[in-house]
This record gives sequence, C-alpha cells and structure tokens, in this order.
Amino acid sequence: MRALTYHGKHDVRVDTHPDPQIVNPRDAIIEITSTAICGSDLHLYDGVIPAVLKGDILGHEFMGRVVEVGPSSTLQVGQRVIVPFTISCGQCFHCRNQEFSHCDNSNPAEKQDMSESLYGHPMSGLFGYSHMTGGYPGGQAEYVRVPFSDVGPLVVPDHLEDEKVLFLTDILSTGWMAADQATVEPGDTIVVWGAGPVGLFAAQSAVVMGAEQVISIDHHPHRLELARQIGAKVIDYTQTNVLEALLEMTGGQGPDAVIDAVGMESHGFENFNPIDTLKQKVGMGADRIGVLRQAILAVRKGGRVSVPGVYGGFSDKFPTGALMEKGLTLRTGQTHVQRYYRDLLKRIEEGQIDTTFLISHTMSLEDAAQGYKNFAYNQNEWTKVVLKPKWAKGRQEAGRANIANRAGLSSAPGSVPAGSGAVVDA
Amino acid sequence: MDQDRSDWLHQPRPTWPPESRDPISSDPGFSAVNRRIDEHLSQGRVSRLTDQLTEHKAVAAATVLGLGALAGLAAYSLMGPSQPQVQRHAEIPRLPDDAPGRTAKQARFGDYAVAGRSVTIDRPRQAIFEFWRDFRNLSKFMENIEDVREVSPGVTAWTIRAPLGMTMQVTSRIVNEKPGEQIAWRSTEDSQIETEGKVSFRDAPGGRGTIVEAHVAYRPPMGALGQMVAKVFSAEPSIQSRRDLKRLKMLLETGEIATNKNQRGEGGKFQKAVERDIQNNIAAV
Ligand SMILES: NC(=O)c1ccc[n+]([C@@H]2O[C@H](COP(=O)([O-])OP(=O)(O)OC[C@H]3O[C@@H](n4cnc5c(N)ncnc54)[C@H](O)[C@@H]3O)[C@@H](O)[C@H]2O)c1
Ligand SMILES: [Zn+2]
Ligand SMILES: [Zn+2]
Repeated sequence: MRALTYHGKHDVRVDTHPDPQIVNPRDAIIEITSTAICGSDLHLYDGVIPAVLKGDILGHEFMGRVVEVGPSSTLQVGQRVIVPFTISCGQCFHCRNQEFSHCDNSNPAEKQDMSESLYGHPMSGLFGYSHMTGGYPGGQAEYVRVPFSDVGPLVVPDHLEDEKVLFLTDILSTGWMAADQATVEPGDTIVVWGAGPVGLFAAQSAVVMGAEQVISIDHHPHRLELARQIGAKVIDYTQTNVLEALLEMTGGQGPDAVIDAVGMESHGFENFNPIDTLKQKVGMGADRIGVLRQAILAVRKGGRVSVPGVYGGFSDKFPTGALMEKGLTLRTGQTHVQRYYRDLLKRIEEGQIDTTFLISHTMSLEDAAQGYKNFAYNQNEWTKVVLKPKWAKGRQEAGRANIANRAGLSSAPGSVPAGSGAVVDA
Repeated sequence: MDQDRSDWLHQPRPTWPPESRDPISSDPGFSAVNRRIDEHLSQGRVSRLTDQLTEHKAVAAATVLGLGALAGLAAYSLMGPSQPQVQRHAEIPRLPDDAPGRTAKQARFGDYAVAGRSVTIDRPRQAIFEFWRDFRNLSKFMENIEDVREVSPGVTAWTIRAPLGMTMQVTSRIVNEKPGEQIAWRSTEDSQIETEGKVSFRDAPGGRGTIVEAHVAYRPPMGALGQMVAKVFSAEPSIQSRRDLKRLKMLLETGEIATNKNQRGEGGKFQKAVERDIQNNIAAV
C-alpha cells in the first residue's frame, strides 16, 4: 500500500509499505477513504516531538470501510467507520471512567518506558504519533490496522459524506472537549488562542454551548475571518495589545475561561517566547509556552484554563503565581474522543454543527508532502487539508475555506457561504 | 514438600544506620573493578561505566541473573543509595514509614535481595489466582520465560532465556499456596539459579478489581561477579518486570497484548500465544 512516511524533520514522502494484516483478535483492517493533516502532525514534521523514526507512517485522522476483521472484532466487513485517534481498550480503569486517552492497555509495554520516565506515568497508544505513544502505523495511508476495533470505530450513516464526519476522529471532538473543559456558563466570555482547526472548532463549540461572547486570537487574517464566520469576535495579536483588549472587552473583569488551542509551537515575540524557541531549537525538550502564559494572565480570578494545545516537554517561566493566587482551574489532555463522538454525530445530523467550513484543500494522498508543506508554511490560506488515497496524483479540489472560492464574499458575522468543491488547477 | 521460608516478606524495613551495605566489597578477594564501580556509584557517575558496555551485553547479563524478569528487580535493590546519602541518613534517626519494604532505598533482607511490584487488574481475584497458579501461563506475559512445563503436581520446569541465545533450566516447586490469595514458589537444588517468589492477590478498594503483588527474592547466583554485573546492569531487569506485569494486565483485561506490528508474522510470542489459545478455544480469564 501507499502511505505518508516520515523521513526526517520537514521530510515526509509517500512510500510503498506492505498492506497491514490482522495481528490481534480484536483488530480490524480499514480501507481509508479520507484522512486529514492535523496541527499535531506539524509538531512531528517540525521535529519537536521525540521518538518519531524514519519509516514511521503518520496520520491519526482517518475514516473508511472495514475490509477485514479479527475473530473478536464486533465490526462487519463493509461498514463505514470513523476511527478515533486514541487507541482505547474499553476495559481498564481509565476507559471505564470514560478517560479513553488514558487507556492503560493500548501502548505496547516496551513502548511505555519513555513516557513513564518523562511524565511519571505512561501514555496510551495513539495512531501515527511517535513511539512514545506506541509507534502505531498511522492512517495517512491506503489501509490501516485498527486495534480494539470493537471499542474505537464508530459506524456512520451513508448519507453523511466523508468531510462531514471525518473530524469526529480528532479535531471536532478536541474542540468540543476544549470548550467542555472550559465550562461554558450563561453570560460567559470564552477566549480561544489559535484559529487553526482546533481553535475554530473550540470557538464554534463554545458558541453552541451558549457562551455570551467568544473571542478568537490569531494573526492570520483568513483564519480569523473563518472564526468570525462561526460567530466569534476576533483579535489579531500583531495589531492589538491582547491583555488590555480582553479586559476592555469584558467590562474590566477578564474572560471567564481561556482555551490554549496553539500548544508548544506558539508564534510571536511576547511572553518570553523567544527564549523558549531557542531552547526548543537546541533540543532541550523545552516547550514554547507563550500562549499559555498569556492565557493564564488574561483569565479572570477563579477562571478556567483549558489546554487542548499539545505540549511534550518542560518549560520555565510558567506563571505559578498567577495560577495559584487567582485560584484558577487548569484542565488538559489528549481528547477522550469516544466520550463525545456519538453526541457530536447527532449534532452533525441535526445541522447544529458545521464541520466543513474550515476545509481549504482536498488532494490526493500521493501529494501529501505538498499538503504538509503548505499547511505548515501557508497557514493563512491552507486551513485544513483532506487527503484522498483513491485520487490520482495531482488531483486537487478547493474546499469551502479556500480563498479562491471566497473572493468577494462578505465576512459579516454569521454569514455562511454556500456551495463547495470548486475545482482548482493543481 | 519444602517449607515456605519466605518470611523475608514480613520482616520490617531495614533500619538506619545500615550495616555495611555491601558485604562483598569487604571480601579481600574482591576485585579492584568492583571498588571502582562503588566509587562511581557514590559519585553518581555510574553511567560512564555502563556506556562502555553494549546494550546487548546488558540485557544478556541481566537475564542470567534473574528468574524471569521479576528476579532482576532484586538486582536493582543491591545498588542501594549513594554513599553521601547513607551518611546523611545515618545522622538522623528515622521513623519507620508505611511504605512497602521493597521500596526502601536500602532493601537487603538477610542474605536475600528482595524486590517486587504491584499492578491493579480489573478482573476477579479468584480468576487471576487460577491463571497464575497454572505456571504454564507465565510465558504468555513474561519476556524471559520461554516455556514452563508441569513435571508433577506443584512442580514445574522453566526454560529461561539466557545470554547469547542460550537457555537455563530452573525447576520450581510451590511451597505455599492459599487459594485465591497467594502462591509462593522456590527453585529446587538442581536449578541453575537459586530464587524464590511469591505473588499475592487481594481485592482492590472501591470495586476496582484485584491488586496483584509479585515479589521475588534471590541470592546472588554467581558470587562477587554476579553482584558486580547486577550492579552495573540493574536497570534492565527492573524495566523488564514492569513490562511483564503490564502485559499480564493487558492479557487479563483485554484478552490480548498490545503491539504496533501490522504484519501477522511480526507479532511476537505474546501475540502467537493468544492466537494459539483462540484456536484451542481457551479463554484467558
Ligand atoms: N488535545 C488533543 O487531543 C489535540 C488534538 C488535536 C490537536 N491538538 C493540538 O491543538 C493545537 C492546534 O491544532 P491545529 O490543528 O489547530 O494547529 P494549527 O497549527 O493549524 O493552528 C495553530 C494556530 O495557532 C496560531 N498561533 C500561533 N501562535 C499564536 C499566538 N501566540 N497567539 C494566538 N494564536 C497563535 C497559528 O497562527 C495557527 O493558526 C496543536 O498544538 C495540536 O497539536 C490537540
Ligand atoms: Zn490531531
Ligand atoms: Zn483502556
């Protein structure tokens, strides 16, 4: 099969690998129809997550058809499923508590040592996300082996096209959990740093949950425009003094909850970020926490801090004083996808949630390397990339968020441009 | 039947100041090499020494020391605290705390080095007991145990992975058994290493399943050399044993052992064992 393969920092290629097979009784093999590139993949691409090895197949947002099942799988060949990026057994203490991303049993025993010594406890298994989380071959491929297929995959109805349900696997659930962990109460202002896919879905979720005011912060004008389109106010941090603006936009009180949807590679020159960047560059396992520092300073006393943005190492100048003295609540974690996806699927079917507004490009899996490059370096225009293993090399279509598609459209709050899928020359 | 001599389990934690923590370094025949290791240890510089030895050798040496991987834990406890730490502790009288004896920074119990680990498994106590009681199941989750055969009731012959592709034979006899609660075993005299172990099972609080606590005690098998190797390579077996218990938990909770391999032929012995059991219609627990 063909699969997007890691060769080194900023070097990914589509290579040929053997087709996956059933290895354990609860496995299933999925033939992938759609898969996406995630902001988390960029951390691998940029080489800031350890233990990604040459030859690893990346990708953790994918869906497709069941083509083979192990003797203990409950799936049936031919079913159409979305597959959560978290691999969860369903039977350990954490899975039973709906903490699926903390599963004790999905990371192979010999792969647990690294995260156990780094974090005190081992991480669970994730698809295509370094050997710290199992070294499982990922889903930017034609086929994938899915362990515990009786627990993870969710069968989706045929009348919902791939693009509508694909993001249940990760970013939609992640945005929702980010808002859930921020707790939205009547009258609340929720502020989201990052208008990437996760930040956009977090902002939309906060709107759906009934926040009085949602504010998205980024510096890419087009991404901010998308945030405005789903009902958020926006701040461009290159133009505006963020802390002051947030106070003034909340009657001097400060936001009730803040969401860091940026993570360890935050941009900018404030909040000690350049020092963090230097440490990250020299490989000290340091995280860039510019956004997290700013969010903790911005949030009101007694407020909530929700962190879906991924961090992997250590940091300094972490504002412990503000965290304690303001009585803040900090909630974090990889997403417990299986906790949320059924409810979210229902909301998609009912039209409560828009899941395709952020797709800018759909392209052949064969062109995935180009997709990575653009998603990493042309962030303003490349807002979300969907890959199609079945498409011929060179085929590419514009999504609803594609700038070419939107020229001349008004960006008034709440306006949703109609139509999608204009064909763009590759 | 042999007696259960495993009263090391119930002995109190060693008190401070400790007796000479390293009987062998006072042995006049003991080599200068070991003293050098001691110096390194006390200065926290043991890594330089281990660096000179390949990982392969480390694994090999560690393996030969232990009965399966759990025994390797015992080797770890031989290291004990650094010299300055011992001195600091010696100056202040210590209150004996409530932690298990094996977690003491110094864990020698008479002649024996003792180590152990626990894991909580969300399965009924009796079922886990029965799984372990059939020692043939050990190779399904223990890395270094290749095969266990029942010789006669309560006596099993273990084939253990040794360095350089060789194997070692240990005959093990159950010396104490409380149904549903614990199993203790000891190697017989004709075994190639002297070791004993005990595993106990108790209900986890709040309906969380069963706490499985495995202890292994062993007498250093190869005299001074054995101890030296144990010191230098101590980390490896402790990692192994941690992994063994994790695999036991995986097998009993999920019916399989996690692997990232996606080719059937690349699944290791654990995956093959599960496959065999399914073919023969044997449910794990
Ligand atoms: N918790 C989870 O389970 C989970 C799941 C998916 C993604 N993530 C993480 O969420 C984060 C975002 O993912 P994404 O796909 O949206 O990535 P992305 O890279 O597309 O988006 C990040 C956005 O943050 C913006 N940004 C950078 N610095 C900023 C700053 N100082 N202030 C405001 N905005 C800033 C960037 O301009 C960009 O638009 C990543 O860290 C990713 O790893 C976590
Ligand atoms: Zn992701
Ligand atoms: Zn689990």
